[in-house]
Parts: sequence; C-alpha cells; structure tokens
Amino acid sequence: MSQSVVDVHDLSRSFGDKTALDGVSFRATAGQVHGLVGSNGAGKTTLLKHLLGLLRATIGSVRVFGLDPVRDPVGVLGRVGYLSEERELPEWMRIDELMRYTQAFHPTWDASYARELLETFALDPSRKIKELSKGMRAQAGLIAAVAHRPELLILDEPSSGLDAVVRRDILDAIVRAVADDGRTVIFSSHLLDEVERMSDHVTLMHQGRVTLSGVLDDVRGAYRRSRVRFVEHFDRPPALDTALVMEGSGRTWSVVHNGSIERFRHSVLARGGEIVESRDATLEEIFLARAGRSRPQVEAA
Amino acid sequence: MDITINLTDGVSIYRQIVNQVKYLVASGLLQPGEELPPIRTLALQLKVTPNTIVKAYHELEIAGVVHKRRGAGTFVSEGRPQLALRERRRLIEQRIDALLAEAHQLNFTTSDILRMVRERRAAMDETSAEPTAVKRERER
Repeated sequence: MSQSVVDVHDLSRSFGDKTALDGVSFRATAGQVHGLVGSNGAGKTTLLKHLLGLLRATIGSVRVFGLDPVRDPVGVLGRVGYLSEERELPEWMRIDELMRYTQAFHPTWDASYARELLETFALDPSRKIKELSKGMRAQAGLIAAVAHRPELLILDEPSSGLDAVVRRDILDAIVRAVADDGRTVIFSSHLLDEVERMSDHVTLMHQGRVTLSGVLDDVRGAYRRSRVRFVEHFDRPPALDTALVMEGSGRTWSVVHNGSIERFRHSVLARGGEIVESRDATLEEIFLARAGRSRPQVEAA
Repeated sequence: MDITINLTDGVSIYRQIVNQVKYLVASGLLQPGEELPPIRTLALQLKVTPNTIVKAYHELEIAGVVHKRRGAGTFVSEGRPQLALRERRRLIEQRIDALLAEAHQLNFTTSDILRMVRERRAAMDETSAEPTAVKRERER
C-alpha cells in the first residue's frame, strides 16, 4: 500500500453564505501525480490553500506528511513547492533576488538546478518581476517552487493562460520531479488532455464536492460510451439503466454509462434496441457526464 | 521511438504505448536487442506521467516483448512477439481499408483488386523462385 502524503477528511468551508467546500475527502499517495479537475469555482483552489495552511480547517481535518499545516507551517511548507494560480510573487524583486529569497527558506535548495532552469527558460536574472510577461512570471514562479526539490509539489492551474512553450516547461518540471526524485505532485487544471496525460490519479470536483476520485485507468475503465440503435423512434432520450448522458435523436443515441455493462445491455434490449458500438469513454466524456450542468431530460419512466 | 498518443478514441495511454511498441517490434522497426528509451526520456517526449511508462514497460515485460537488464535499461527481446489474432487482423484491416478507398477513387472494382492482388503475389513468387543468374539476365 502506498504511503499517503496528503490526507483530507470531510473538509467543509464557507465564505459568507457561499459554500466553497462541502464534505471533501482527498488523499494523495507518494510518488504519484494527482490531477484535480473542475470548472471555475468548483473548490480546487480552496482545497489547495488548505493543504498549504493558508486556510485553517474549521470543519474536517487536513494532514500533510501527517502534520497539520496550520499548526506546523515550518514542518510542512519547508517540504512543499507551490505555484499559485495568481502567481503572487514579490513584484519589487529581481529574479536573482527572488531566487536568493526563496533559497533562504529552503536548506535543500539546489542552486545548480535553479541555474539550469533559468538558462533553459532564457530568463535574465537581473529582470524585475514586475516587468515580466505572464509566461516569464510562471517560469520564475516554477523555479522558486521546484528548485528546492520539494517532496510535494502543488501547482494551481499551472498552464492557465500560457502559450504552448511555457506549458511544456511546466509539464517537463512535473515529469522530472516524479522521474528523478520520486516526488508527489498535485496539480489542478481545466485542460482535460493535460490531466489525462499527466495524472496517475484524478479527482473531479463540482460545486464544492468531490464527484469522482480514483486511479485514472480505473476511472476510465469504469465508464463506457456506446452507440445504440432502436427499432422505435424516440423524441426524448429513452430511460436506460446506468446511463448518465445521452445524445442523439430518433433511433440512434450515444450514451455514456458506467457500472455493469450487462445491466446496460439488458436495459437497451428491453427497449427494443441494440448496442452498435462500444468503447471506453474519454476523460472529457466522463467529466461532462459527472459535472454536466444539465442532466439529460429523460422521458418519464 | 515513434509513438503518438491519441486522446480521442477512449484507449488508455499506457495501452496505446504497449500496442505501439508491440507493433514496432512486430514490424521490425524495433530490432531484438535494441534499447527502449529510458522512462524519463519517453515521459518527457510524450508529456505523460512517468508512472504510465513504468506500467507500459512492465506489461511489455510480462508479455515477453522486452526485458530489463539490471543497472542498464529495457531491451527488445529475441523472437518476434506473437500478436493476438485480433490485433493482427486489426493491423491488416487498416491497410485493406486504405487500399479499398484508393481503389474506389481510381475506379477499380473489388474483384479487379482481388485479381490484381493474386497477380502481384504470383509475380513475387516467380521472381523469388528464379535463379539469381536469370534475374540478372532480365535486368540487363
């Protein structure tokens, strides 16, 4: 059994009368990449801020390396690298000052790795942070997050608003952290292809709740997308057992379903239909089925 | 190593890697004894989590397509892997589909194509059966 690096149990959080997190449980295992998916406002950033001790758990519990990040910030933050969504960096510093400043907090700082990344990104160390482009800020923030070779790397929307080149730098940093040092990574993203490529585990959040969580290949294997043809013509999607989302019209419908395939097949047969084609669903199809705004309007059963 | 990841057809990434390596070995594009890229290198190339590559290599090892050498890397094993009948059919059917599509474009019927396939086969057999001296004679 893999060791757990992060353990969040039944965490709830409200800001005013708005519920940001509603009974969230989340676990991150050592040496694995954990992708956190969800639309804006789903609660991803709020969850990550709890891991860093930036927010105190009022209902539920948060443990990172078995420690409470609010009570023991030194024990937690010294071992964590963090890239925030807004890339908050000290604007008045130059890049080399930012490096020295970050180094002061981290005895494990690897100066040659930091230099190597600066060169790879072609960043001029004498540039002021406030003069940097969006992509350069992300690169500078990334170096500050990874150069002390943290045991846990937390990246909040690392690719958001970046061009393909900088996105690739970010993904490379994740691969290196895992491949070279066996580190644990948690990253949030709304780019599903990125999550599917980079994640060993995937957690889907929707309106403050975890709607889906597990090993990516297991999650993928539990959902299928099937094309179904009926003898009868339907104006509305016919009710089918285990179906989550149905698209189509008339006699042909595409269905995302999960759980027992036999139950689904039975249900299709009972409505006078047959499965024409069936394959594993893509992460995007699962995501839409699980976080879709509108449940399909099924005919009255 | 030439591997392409496609995220639209619902096949998991590690499965795509396994299938494509098997194909590269079966078609001779990867030779016995040849080294597969290290996990880190392939993960960086494909932009996928390194654990996926670990899983794919492990499955290829169990299938006997590759083997690990202690302290070295992962190498293609001797002897071509036996692709499952379904897999072999799938590979050849892709080629047939492409052939039929092109034939249709160029106004050949399916029976024309079948006849031409047999003719080509016969021509090949004849060429390889001919003694080298005769072939050289003809080439002059």
